[in-house]
Amino acid sequence: MKKILLSMMTLVVAMVIASCGGSSKNEGREAQELSGAGATFPLPFYNVVFEKFSEVNGDVVAYGGIGSGGGVRNLRDKIVDFAGSDAFLSDKEMCEMAEVVHVPTCMGAVVLAYNLEGVENLRLSGEVIAQIFAGDITMWNDERLVALNPGVTLPAEMIMPVFRSDGSGTTFVFTDYLTKVSKMWAEKYGRGKSVDFAVGQAAKGNPGVAGVIKQTKNAIGYVGSEYAFAQKIAYASIKNKQGEFVKPTAESISVAASGDMPADTRCSITNSDAEGAYPISTFTWMVIYKEQNYSGRSKEQAIATLDLLKYVLSDEAQVLTTEVHYAPLPAKAKELSMNNLKSVTYDGEVIGE
Amino acid sequence: MNDKLYKVLLFIVALIMPIVCGGVVYALVTDAYDAFEHFGFFRFLTSSEWSYTEGAEQYGALPFITGTLMTTLLALVFCIPFSLPVALFVGEYFRDSRIAAVLSTVVDLLAGIPSIIYGLWGFYTLRPIIMALNISPQGSGILTASLVLAIMIIPYASSLSAEFIKMVPNDLKEGAYSLGATRLEVVRNVVFPVAGSGIFSSYVLAIGRALGETMTVTMLIGNTNDMPNSITATGNSMASIIANQFGEADGLRLSSLIAIGLILFLITAIINMVGKIMIKRARIA
Repeated sequence: MKKILLSMMTLVVAMVIASCGGSSKNEGREAQELSGAGATFPLPFYNVVFEKFSEVNGDVVAYGGIGSGGGVRNLRDKIVDFAGSDAFLSDKEMCEMAEVVHVPTCMGAVVLAYNLEGVENLRLSGEVIAQIFAGDITMWNDERLVALNPGVTLPAEMIMPVFRSDGSGTTFVFTDYLTKVSKMWAEKYGRGKSVDFAVGQAAKGNPGVAGVIKQTKNAIGYVGSEYAFAQKIAYASIKNKQGEFVKPTAESISVAASGDMPADTRCSITNSDAEGAYPISTFTWMVIYKEQNYSGRSKEQAIATLDLLKYVLSDEAQVLTTEVHYAPLPAKAKELSMNNLKSVTYDGEVIGE
Repeated sequence: MNDKLYKVLLFIVALIMPIVCGGVVYALVTDAYDAFEHFGFFRFLTSSEWSYTEGAEQYGALPFITGTLMTTLLALVFCIPFSLPVALFVGEYFRDSRIAAVLSTVVDLLAGIPSIIYGLWGFYTLRPIIMALNISPQGSGILTASLVLAIMIIPYASSLSAEFIKMVPNDLKEGAYSLGATRLEVVRNVVFPVAGSGIFSSYVLAIGRALGETMTVTMLIGNTNDMPNSITATGNSMASIIANQFGEADGLRLSSLIAIGLILFLITAIINMVGKIMIKRARIA
């Protein structure tokens, strides 16, 4: 009994010390509980970063992976401190709510994962991907696929396309790319978080799609890169604008962002011009209100939110990206975001400096 | 005084349940109103279009109503050949024996398994078998979902049926035996006619369970929004479309999903009510 009591006491003491240690680093303000919700695409990265942030700063961050759209809705309802989204807010969405600030947090890619026995390096082009998902190409040994894959024996089997059943930023990035490279796709389907796919089956969430592909022979589907990497599913090289076949890697994803960037960081980097760029790359964003005094939030909470964003942009956090299969932000994106954060206010008073 | 207080307390607590139920209905109706107003109630029910194209959004519930009805009816068809023999085994042939007790416990255990486990089993075990048998190329679909649903509703159908079979008066059965009837003839001509409406009602309640099953169906049905054109095709049930899409939905789409929820609520309520009424009648008779 005494032993148990003693160990409990030490535990309590340890916890007190730990919490003191945390709060001492955030310049005297009390540790805050931050909540965010949104995209599942960067979830593995956020899990790591938020934990590190808690260690360093003492603030606790709870993030619900409920999908980009859900996150934005929660922000609009003013029940979260920040939203995670793979698609930047459209002008229409921006009009419907108070002024927001977009902060890109990392880069990722949408990969074409497939399950084909004996085919290690499938090569695809945007046009062919569009035709597969539109149901124009139905067989793996279709001549258009064979032409892209000289020397590879493709089976005479039906292609089983897999797509997302729930609305998703991943679908947005994927269809954004197809819309840019295929006129047929742009006219018939367009881009969006939910698209009326004509063929195939659907599964919920990135893990769901990855699971179905892994379990289904002759399947092909699009998933966030980290899910394909983590589950060790084969994925295709995609032909980029320069005509090179590129695999998604931290480098080829980062290269895709080397072009110009608008001041508010809202830009699509699919089908990038750059040499060596993986064509279905994307930023993922955190979105916060410019005016942080809403729903009775305290100033300390607003400052903690900014601290979190600054931490995510810091080198310390950005080096973590590659560990969990994302790519770090280019310097320009960090610079612009730091600048944007400076304009954040609480009750009209600038707190971002 | 104490007794009075107790009575009042009881009354208040009892009142909360109808209020909660009424609140759910009210919330469903108000949130679904937009969709019904925009598309028209009957057009919403009969349209098979589910299209997100901005500016030309079209939402109709028919593919999902069809998906729900197909999975439920198929599940019922697959469930009868297993649940009825189990009910006869437990309620008539091996009544009150040890083996019957074991069997009914095992079958009842099926009812306690969380639906996600059925989903996983269906996904990792049944789906590859369906693909290997070349029944459907993608494995998931209405058939796969129905097969797993059938297993899930067997305990609901069989244990209640067994109760009603047990309730058949011995006098009647003995009368039939004394006339020289065989066991099979007794079952066919005495047990089934007498327990018939009770057995029927147990299947009605099993249907009620299958209608709203979400997790298992979402994992196995393939989640496509088109009208299913065969039993091996992929589709979506009313419950699975809601589970799939509510996270990202807003505006008209959210309202349409809630409208589907309302319809599902009504169908389930009616089915359950019919089942309850039939049980009551069977008990009186």
